[in-house]
Amino acid sequence: MTTRPFRIFRGASGAGALREYATEVSEGMVVLDAVHQIQAESAGDLAVRWNCKAGKCGSCSAEVNGVPRLLCMTRLEDLPADRPVTIEPMRAFPHVRDLVTDVSWNYEVKRQITPFTPRPPDAPDGTWRMQQSDVDRVQEFRKCIECFLCQDTCHVLRDHRLHEAFVGPRFLVHAAALEMHPLDVADRTADLRKAHGIGYCNITKCCTTVCPEGIRITDNAIIPLKERVVDALWDPVAGLARLVRRRT
Amino acid sequence: MDHQAVEHDVLVIGAGGAGLRAAIEAAAAGASVGLVCKSLLGKAHTVMAEGGVAAALANVDDRDDWRVHFADTMRGGQYVNNWRMAELHAREAPARVRELEAWGALFDRTPDGRILQRNFGGHRYPRLAHVGDRTGLEMIRTLQDHGVHQGMDVHMECTILTLLTDGGRVAGAFGYDRERGRFRLFRARAVVLATGGIGRAYRITSNSWEYTGDGHALAYDAGAELQDMEFVQFHPTGMVWPPSVRGILVTEGVRGEGGVLRNSEGRRFMFDDIPENYRAQTAASEEEGWRYTQGDRDARRPPELLTRDHVARCILREVREGRGSPHGGVYLDIAWIRERLPGAAEHIRRKLPSMYHQFKELAGIDITTTPMEVGPTTHYIMGGIRVDGDSQMSTLPGLFAAGECAAGLHGANRLGGNSLSDLLVFGKRAGEHAAAWAGAHPPAPIGPDQVEAAARRALEPFDRAGSGDAESPYRLQQELQGMMQDEVGIVRTEGQMRRALEGLAALRRRAARVAVEGHREYNPGWHAALDLANLFTVSEAVARSALEREESRGGHFRDDRPEKTAEGATFNVVVRRGADGGMEVIRRPVAPMPQELQEVIDANA
Ligand SMILES: Cc1cc2nc3c(=O)[nH]c(=O)nc-3n(C[C@H](O)[C@H](O)[C@H](O)COP(=O)(O)OP(=O)(O)OC[C@H]3O[C@@H](n4cnc5c(N)ncnc54)[C@H](O)[C@@H]3O)c2cc1C
Ligand code: SF4
Ligand code: SF4
Ligand code: FES
Repeated sequence: MTTRPFRIFRGASGAGALREYATEVSEGMVVLDAVHQIQAESAGDLAVRWNCKAGKCGSCSAEVNGVPRLLCMTRLEDLPADRPVTIEPMRAFPHVRDLVTDVSWNYEVKRQITPFTPRPPDAPDGTWRMQQSDVDRVQEFRKCIECFLCQDTCHVLRDHRLHEAFVGPRFLVHAAALEMHPLDVADRTADLRKAHGIGYCNITKCCTTVCPEGIRITDNAIIPLKERVVDALWDPVAGLARLVRRRT
Repeated sequence: MDHQAVEHDVLVIGAGGAGLRAAIEAAAAGASVGLVCKSLLGKAHTVMAEGGVAAALANVDDRDDWRVHFADTMRGGQYVNNWRMAELHAREAPARVRELEAWGALFDRTPDGRILQRNFGGHRYPRLAHVGDRTGLEMIRTLQDHGVHQGMDVHMECTILTLLTDGGRVAGAFGYDRERGRFRLFRARAVVLATGGIGRAYRITSNSWEYTGDGHALAYDAGAELQDMEFVQFHPTGMVWPPSVRGILVTEGVRGEGGVLRNSEGRRFMFDDIPENYRAQTAASEEEGWRYTQGDRDARRPPELLTRDHVARCILREVREGRGSPHGGVYLDIAWIRERLPGAAEHIRRKLPSMYHQFKELAGIDITTTPMEVGPTTHYIMGGIRVDGDSQMSTLPGLFAAGECAAGLHGANRLGGNSLSDLLVFGKRAGEHAAAWAGAHPPAPIGPDQVEAAARRALEPFDRAGSGDAESPYRLQQELQGMMQDEVGIVRTEGQMRRALEGLAALRRRAARVAVEGHREYNPGWHAALDLANLFTVSEAVARSALEREESRGGHFRDDRPEKTAEGATFNVVVRRGADGGMEVIRRPVAPMPQELQEVIDANA
C-alpha cells in the first residue's frame, strides 16, 4: 500500500478551491474509490455523483487532471504518479457542490427533439422486420450512457456558453439515432439547422476523444447529419468536408 | 417545518424499468403522474442489466410459448412462486417487449429480421431478447425517452423518507431533494413503489448505492406485509480481482455464448453435481453443451447454465475445498472457443462488448485470450412487498408495488432475464390499477404531525454533530455489510442467523448516535445516515425469514438443513410490523394452483 496525494475541488455554486487530501491506494483502484475512501476517512460531506461504479450509468462524470472522464473507469495506475491527482467538477454546467454539477439543461434539450415516430408495422401482428446490418449503425449511437462528457468538452458549450443556441454533441448523436433509425419517418433537418444549431459545430472532434463508449460522434453522427441539412453557403464546414470526401 | 408540497393522482417512487412503465401507463389512463427517483433520470439500476429480457416470442425456436416459460419460471422458483403472477408474466411479456420496439428500442435481429433471442440459465429455449450485453440501457432509455413525452412530472434526485397514511390507506409521501436538502411533501391518491432491491446490505454486491431496500422498508413501516425475504440471489459470476471491483457483475451471457467454468485443476466441475430435477435437461458431455450454445436444437444445455443458486454454491464449494483461483474465485473461460470458432476474438467482442471493455479497463485482462476470475456476488432479492397478482396492490390499500421491490413472480429463485420482463409486465399493471384506484378514491387527508415527525427525525443526525460518542454512518454501513455477508450469505445456519440478529440490535443502538457534519446540500454523509434505518429493516427481515424457513430451497440454503422438505413448498414466509413495534413472522399458505396450470407444469416437466 502506498499513500497518494489528491487535490479535490471543494465549494458550492462555483465558489471554492482545490483542497489537499491523501489516502492509501491499492492495486486496481479507480479514482472514484479514492474519493469514497476520502469521504469515509476525512470528508464526510464531500459531494460526488455516482451509481453503478461500472461505467454503465454515466453519473460520475468529472475532470481528472483537467480531462473529462468517468471517475469509476479511471484507474489510478494510469495517472502520473509524480504529482497529485486533481479532481474537479465539469465546467460546462452550473456548479452545485464539490464535484457535482447541475446537468438538468441536458434533459430539457432532449425533450425539444422530435421523438421517435415509426412507420406503420410491417407485419399483421404489429411487428417490423429489420436486418442486423440496418440497425448496426444506430446501435452504435444508442450505446450512449448520457454521461455528458462530450457536452463538457465541446468548446461551443464549455467556452462560448452557447447553451441557448446549440444542443451539443450528445443530442446530435441522439438526433442521428432517430434520423437513421430504420423505422423512423419524422424529419428533423429543419430543427437541426435552426433550433438545434448544428452549424455551430466545426468538427474539432474533441467530443469523440472523450466519449467513454467510443462512439465516433463526429464522423458517424454529426457529419452525416450535416450532410442532410447541408447548404454550402449556410454551413461552409460541412460543404468543405463533403468536397474533400468526394475527392478521396 | 419548511417544505414544498405537490399533488398528483398517482405518485410513482422509482424510475427504473418498473417505475417508468407504471408512470407511462398511469399517464395513458389520464391520471396526473409524479415520478420520483433518488438519482438522475436514466441512471437507475435497470441501466446495468446486461443479458436480456425473457419473453416467449418464439422467434428463434418455434417450440417456445407462454406455457413453457411459465413452467420454467415455476421450476426455477421451486414452486413457491405466486402462480398467478408467473402465468400473467409468461403470457404478457411478448406483447410488452414488442411494445418497446414500437417505442424505438432496437434489439439484435434474427436473419429473417425479427427480434433475436439468446439462451440463458433455466430457460428451456433461447428466450432472451437482447442488445449485445447492454439490454438494460436500451430498455431504460426507450422508456425514458418515450415517457417524458407522455405528460408526467419527474422529480429527480429526490429521496422519499416515509410514506404518509390516513386511516389504513396511503395518502402520500415525504422526502428531500438531494441538491438543496429541502423537504418535499407529495400528496397522492395512489402510490406505486418501484424502488428496486437491497444488495447494499451485503459487502460483495453487484448493486449500486441506491439499493438500500427503501421501498421494502417504506412499505413495512407503513404497515404493509413483506414476503419471501429469505430468498436472496447470489449471482455466481462477479469479478473478484482487483479488490476495488469485487462484486461487479459478469453477465450470464458469457456462459450462454459458450463460456465454461473451471477450477484450478482445469476441471469443468459443474458436471460433477447436477440436481435430479434438471438432469433430463442437461448436456451429458462437453461436446453436447457446446452444440447447445451454438444453437443446436437437439442438444441440451451445459451445466454452467443451471440455476444461479446452484452454480453459486458449486463455485463456493470449489473455493472452500481448495480448488479455487489465486484470488478466491474460479475461472470463467470464453477464450477457449477459439478452438472451435474461426474469428472467435471478434465474435466475443461483438457479442459481449461491455464485458470485453469491463475486464480490459478494470482488470487489464483480455477475455478473448485469458480466462476471467469470478465468484458469487449479491445480486437480487426475490422477496419483497406482498402484492395481489393481478393488480399489484400491496396489503395496504392504495399502495402498489412492481419490479424488484415486489415479491411473488420468482419464488425461491429468479431466472436470468425474468426481471426485465417482470418490470414491463407488472409495471404496466401497477400503473393501470393505481390510476383506476386514484380515479375511484378521493385524496386522503395528511395530518401535519406525521410530516413534522418525519422532518424532525431526518434532521437528528445534524443535532448530534460534535458530540463525544458520535458514530460515523459510513462505518456502521460497512459493519452491517460485513456482518450480513458473513452470517446471512449464500450458506447459512441457525446459529449464524441468531448472531446476525444480535449484531443488528447492537448496530441499531449505535445508529441512534449517528452524527453528520456540515450542511444539507448534496451531503452524502447525511444520505448514508438516513439510509441506515432501511438497511436495518431489510436485513432483519432477511435474517428472521431465513430462520423461519427450516429447509433449503432456491436462493436460501441452510447448512444445518440442506434438504428441501415437502412442507416447505406449502407456505411463504411473511413479515410485518407487530402491535408492539417489533417484527412479526408468519407463514402464509401458498394458494392452490388451478388444474389447468398444474397440467401445464406436468406437460413441461
Ligand atoms: C449488473 C446487473 C445486471 C443485470 N442483468 C439483468 C438481465 O440481464 N436481465 C434481467 O432480467 N435482470 C437483470 N438484472 C436485474 C434487473 O436489472 C433489476 O432487477 C431491475 O432492473 C430492477 O428494476 P426496478 O425497476 O425494479 O428498479 P431499479 O431500476 O433499480 O430502479 C429503482 C428506482 O427507485 C429509485 N429509488 C429507490 N429508493 C428510492 C427512494 N427512497 N426515493 C426515491 N426513489 C427511490 C431509484 O432512484 C431508481 O430510480 C441485473 C441486475 C444487475 C445489478
Ligand atoms: S466536433 Fe463539434 S460537437 Fe464535437 S466538440 Fe467539436 S465542435 Fe463540439
Ligand atoms: S455520446 Fe459519449 S460522451 Fe457523449 S454523453 Fe453519450 S456516452 Fe457520454
Ligand atoms: S458510476 Fe456509473 S458510470 Fe461511473
